[in-house]
Order: sequence, then C-alpha cells, then structure tokens
Amino acid sequence: MENIVELKNINKYFDEDQILKDVSFEVEKNEFLTLLGPSGCGKTTTLRIIAGFETQTSGDLLFSGEIINNLPPHKRKLNTVFQSYALFPHLDVGENIAFGLRIKKIKEEVITEKVNKALEIVNLKGLERRKISQLSGGQQQRVAIARALVNEPEVLLLDEPLGALDLKLRKEMQTELKKLQKEIGITFIYVTHDQEEALTMSDKIIVMNQGIIQQIGTPVDIYNEPSNVFVADFIGEGNIFSGTMLDDFILGFSGKIFDCVDKGFSKNEEVDIVVRPEDVKLREVSEKTKIKGVVTSVIFKGVHYEMNVSTDDFQWMVHSTKLYENGQEVSVEIDPESFHVMKKAE
Amino acid sequence: MKKNYLAYPYILWLFAFILIPLFLVLFYSVSSKDSSMLTLDNYKRFFDPIYIQVFVRSVNLSLIATLICLVIGYPVAWIIANMEPAKRNFWVLLFVVPMWMNFLLRTYAWMTILENTGIINTLLEKFGFQSLNLIYNSQAVVLGMVYNFLPFMVFPIYSILVKIDKNLLEAAQDLGADKKSVFMKVIFPLSLPGVLSGAIMTFMPAVSTFAISRLLGGGKVTLIGNVIEQQFLLVNDWYFGSALSIIMMGFILIFVYILRKVEKDDEERSIF
Repeated sequence: MENIVELKNINKYFDEDQILKDVSFEVEKNEFLTLLGPSGCGKTTTLRIIAGFETQTSGDLLFSGEIINNLPPHKRKLNTVFQSYALFPHLDVGENIAFGLRIKKIKEEVITEKVNKALEIVNLKGLERRKISQLSGGQQQRVAIARALVNEPEVLLLDEPLGALDLKLRKEMQTELKKLQKEIGITFIYVTHDQEEALTMSDKIIVMNQGIIQQIGTPVDIYNEPSNVFVADFIGEGNIFSGTMLDDFILGFSGKIFDCVDKGFSKNEEVDIVVRPEDVKLREVSEKTKIKGVVTSVIFKGVHYEMNVSTDDFQWMVHSTKLYENGQEVSVEIDPESFHVMKKAE
Repeated sequence: MKKNYLAYPYILWLFAFILIPLFLVLFYSVSSKDSSMLTLDNYKRFFDPIYIQVFVRSVNLSLIATLICLVIGYPVAWIIANMEPAKRNFWVLLFVVPMWMNFLLRTYAWMTILENTGIINTLLEKFGFQSLNLIYNSQAVVLGMVYNFLPFMVFPIYSILVKIDKNLLEAAQDLGADKKSVFMKVIFPLSLPGVLSGAIMTFMPAVSTFAISRLLGGGKVTLIGNVIEQQFLLVNDWYFGSALSIIMMGFILIFVYILRKVEKDDEERSIF
C-alpha cells in the first residue's frame, strides 16, 4: 500500500519542553489510524503538526511522498474535525458546510448539490438552515464531520471528535464513523485517549506516552502483545508483574515455574509479564495448585464478575462468569498462551 | 420574597431621578409660558429651517466622527487583541488613562494646540510657513469628537475580538482560507456586534455634545446640544429646550433601534 502521510523523526519543543521525541510513522492510504495515549502524551500536537497548525522543531512531514514541512494549513489537502467542533456561529448549518467550497469559488449549483450530499451522509437532511446554536452536541458533531468531508480531503484528521458526547451517542458515532470511513474510502487519522474507542475503530493504533511512540500495531497486536508495561497498562486492565525467562518457553515468577509460548529472550532475563483478567482461571484448590489465593472482593459487572484474589505476593484481578464467594480459597491458573512476556523498560 | 426589598432603593432612585424628571421634561415640552393649555408649538418650532440645519449638521458631524473612529479604532482594537495578554493590558491602560482626565481639560488642551497662536501655528511660523486656520471650524469639532470618543469605539470591538475562539480561525484555515479570507469571512462578521455597539457608543455622545462644539467650534459651529443649552441657560425657554431634548432622545432611540435591527438581520442572513 501507498503511504499518504509520513512522519520522519519529528521532534517538537515548546520552549524548553520536548513534546515529541523522534516520532516516526507512516499512514497508508484508506487506513484508519489512531493516535492513542493519555492526555499530554503528544498525540494532539502530532495531529496539529500534520494539519499545519504547529511546525515541528526538526524532522520531516511527507504528504503523498512530498515534504510539506512549511506548507501553510490552507494549502494542505486534508481537513480536520476539531475537538470543540469549531463551527462558525454566524453561519447556519448549510453555510458552515459550504465554507470550504465557497473559498474555492465553486459554482453555486455544485455547492448546493455537494452540501446536500454531505448532509445526507451525516443524516442531517433538512437542517441546512438551522443555526448552530439550535443543534444538539451530536448534531454539531455531524456538521463538523460534514464540513470537513464535503471538501473531499485525502486525509481526515479527527481530534477526539467524540469526547464531548455521552456514552450511548459515542458508541453510535463510533460505528457510524467507521462505516463512513469504509464507504467513502479516505484516510482517517484519529486522536483519542479512549482505548476502547481505539480498539473498536482502528486498523492501526499508535500508542504514545510522553512524546514517545510506545507501540505501533493492529488493535489485536496491541491488546494481545503489548510491547511494554505502559502499553499493557494503558490498553485494558491487566495483571502486570515481574518475572524471569528461565529459558525459551519457560517462565519463572513467585518462586514457581510455568510454561509459556514466548522465546527469544536471553537466559534468566528479567521481564515484565501481563495477564489479562479474563485469562486468569479460578478453580477449586487441588494438589496440582501452584498459586493459591483468597478471594477478597467480588463486584458484579453485568457480563461477568470482577474478583480480586490475594496471593502471598500479588493481587490478581480476575474476570469470570463463574462466581467464587468472598473469602473462598481458590487456585489461580493461567494457560501458557495467556502470559504476555515483555522486555523490561530500560 | 425577601430579596425584593433589596430592589426598593433602586426603584426609589428610578422614580426620583429618572422617571419623574423625564416626565417633567416631557411635560415642559408640551407646555408654554403664555397659557396653561397643552400645546405642540414647541415641537413645531423645531421644523424652522434654522434648527433643522443645526440638527442636520449635528448628525452629519457625528456620523463623520463615528466613521473616523471606526476606521481608526478597528485596526487599533485588532492590534491590541492580537498582543500577548500582558502587553494587551498595558495598551488598554494607555487608552483608558486619558479618559480619567477631565473631559473639558482634554478639549482645552486641543485648543492650545490648534489656536491661531497655538503650538502648531507657532511652529509653522517659526519655520517660515503661513499660519493655518485650524480651530473654530467643523473639522476641529470632528477632531474633538474623534479624540474624546475613540475609546468608546475601540473597547467594544476589542472585547469582542479577544473573545473570538481561536479554533474558529484554525478551522477556517483548515478549510482553505488564507489570512484575508479568514478575516473577511470569520473575524469581521463575528466582530460586527462590537462594531455596532461601538458606533452607538460613539455616535450618542457626539450628537448631543455641546462642550466640544463650544470650545473647538467657538460659536461658529452650533450643534443641537448648544441650542438646547442656550434654551435653558441663556434664553430661559425651558419649554422649547425640553421639546428639543425629547426630539433628540427619540432620534437616538430610532438610531439605536435601526442599528440593532441591522445586526439581527445580519445574524439571520449569511454573509456571503
């Protein structure tokens, strides 16, 4: 696939503070790429550099193979959906959407046609004469998307576009956005701090922390094979602890030896291990039990129970549909493929 | 309902110092010295060409002053609004401080600058130029208006400009607008309410001034404010003076109403 956007060793300083450190990645055509990370991790700055609102201190930004480091925003072939929507309060819905087309001095009939089509795409037909202040948050969101899409950008940048919506609406919009992206076939670069949103929508996720890319991968990769403790911790809940790779496929922790499916570490290398709560199996205690613990809390979560199990040196978080009573002694069991072994952070 | 008591002093104030005097002025305007009957004669007198001429001159000069204030004030407001917040406050202060000085004093200062023996003419003569007639004409009056009321134009515009969401400007750029288009299609339309209140705030004191025209017009540029002043203090015809005051009030109300109307329409219509 062809790379539409490329970042090469982008560094960004605000005064003395380094916001981005050697950020490099490629965005393929028609890809749904998500920049994921906690607030202040540099994801929005990265987006703003791509949009042209900020200029990187060093490094190159490429668009369709051409360096566009100093191209002003109004000349870039991409459009942005802002976190605050940034709709023009003095213009109605139709004129907001037509804004970009009017700048390009497109014929009136064509504008009307395109605006109508855009309104149709975002399910706002018939609202073109409404004032922005008369719209709900969800509708404003749709206008913002329509206003960007109507210009047929090659890349659409979205800065936490669903952040201001309530949970139910957010879920709906997630599905709709994903569908939209597939249907119209343009590249999305999406910024969010919501890991679930990232996992649901993206083709590729870039996890960032403190201005450094932590991991680039598909949602499945990121979830199942987090490259370090930060990613493991940020993406979903997890039991994270230290251990030792005794040999290929042999893992030691808590003074016990376990089978695993990981290899390629040096002998006796100290590692971080993550086990997802749904991968922890609880059974009745038997003579085969390696890890014995006591259930210390049970919370009903609807689909499953969330239980905490205390062992001698660790507190396990367990998601299971089978209920073990508070105070009950249980055997904690983990399948070899459920251990995700990661190199220790340097 | 206890809280209502707090409004009583104001309501008292409203009656004693606003409504009753207003009513008295209205009453005077329809009375006369000679009879106890109510009459519209005072209003009819206004339509004498002499007074109409004065009225038209007042409106004319005030409009010119308002326009000049806008042309100077908008860029000033724009420049201050785009400064760093710390610098901004300094410049706002620079504009406010002269207003703390007495209005008459400021106008007298202009007299000493413009007079035939004033600073400018003294300098001109020193360098061998002919002295100019700078004072006691309508230009001097307009200058006085602009100087005194410019801050009333700058501040409303400035306060709107600093509040404009910077995201909107980025959004416009993102949609392909260059600097000029961003200004014409986003910043200026959004600042219109400031321009309108600035225009009202400048025009109102300008059209009813009598001090500026007296000092800088020197009796040669009579404005409606001077006529009203004369009726009360010189001619002692409170009846006609009151009628003129009511006419001015009505005129300003209509002026404000029209401007507000224009603003509303503008909001509804798109700017394109």
